[in-house]
Amino acid sequence: MSNGIAHAEGASPMPGHDHAHAHHPALQHHFSTMSQQREAGVLGMWVFLLTEVLFFGGLFVTYTIYRHWYYEAFAAASKSIAISWGLFNTVVLIGSSLTMALAVRSAQTNQRKATVNWLLATIVLGTVFLGVKGIEYAEKFEHHHVPGTSFQFAHEPAPGEAHEAPAVAEGSSTALGAGGHVATMGPDELQRTTQIFFSLYFTMTGLHALHMIVGIGILIVITWMAHKGRFDSEWHAPVEMTGLYWHFVDIVWIFLFPLLYLVERHN
Amino acid sequence: MSSVHVSPIKVYVSIFAALMVLSAITVGAAFVNLGSLNPVVALAIAVLKATLVILFFMHVKYSSRLTQITVVLSFFFVAILFAETFMDYATRGMPFLPPMLK
Repeated sequence: MSNGIAHAEGASPMPGHDHAHAHHPALQHHFSTMSQQREAGVLGMWVFLLTEVLFFGGLFVTYTIYRHWYYEAFAAASKSIAISWGLFNTVVLIGSSLTMALAVRSAQTNQRKATVNWLLATIVLGTVFLGVKGIEYAEKFEHHHVPGTSFQFAHEPAPGEAHEAPAVAEGSSTALGAGGHVATMGPDELQRTTQIFFSLYFTMTGLHALHMIVGIGILIVITWMAHKGRFDSEWHAPVEMTGLYWHFVDIVWIFLFPLLYLVERHN
Repeated sequence: MSSVHVSPIKVYVSIFAALMVLSAITVGAAFVNLGSLNPVVALAIAVLKATLVILFFMHVKYSSRLTQITVVLSFFFVAILFAETFMDYATRGMPFLPPMLK
């Protein structure tokens, strides 16, 4: 696209506009300066992320209400998830946020090779995260912890806890999170309500993983663009926007990890 | 000429280290019986971690005021979402409600 058309000499409203200086080829005609264009891009990306925050926010509201209602089931189901994989993935994903931030920084400072390498590192870490998620999902299938007709959940009694949970009538669950509560749910209700936890587990981690798959797809494209030398310190908007998206996905995981893996680990 | 803020590498590495430490604290705290404070501590740490990511990794500390307001607004909207939904669920079955709302 040619940029030499619109801006007549002396018509520029920008006092500091340098006419001897050629426009950056990436400057779109409806922006006066590169920094104005960048500012608009960042704002637009954040408006998109605002909708994403609300998208996941709805799931977090659902989670909170069900956790309040069926705390006992949430605590028992959460305890059945291996904490080690969750923590490992937390390290991997936050690590990928670091490499992503360094990729953006490399683009800002005109280091093409470093940009490509940090982007590749981000792709690798993101893929590792998804691989671990796959292992975790496979375990859930093995243990019949996937909601559906073959779902099965048995309360594992903690050491010292007498396994004679009184089969009190349904709907009598009053456990609200105070530590040291007694099991009040019968096996049928536990079966029914833990399924709610695992439905939320798969919905939330599944949508999170879907966001990562999309993110990795975008990363592959911009890595190629970076390799081709399409970015410089003045224009690297795709790298910057992908960075914002990637960090957002990281933030979602920062909340998912304690809410799904760490409901009640003491006792 | 670019007005873009470039953070030193040291900042990114320090934030990463802080996030790692906070992750370890989250896991550690989950194994301590704090009663009803357990979820509060877990969420407080998560909010702190998210804030570090937003301010430094996402450069919101150095963004324009308009962008900063948009960021705060997104969490304000989530707060409305939570508050309105909880108002409904928390008041269901209350004795003083008129019969049509029970």
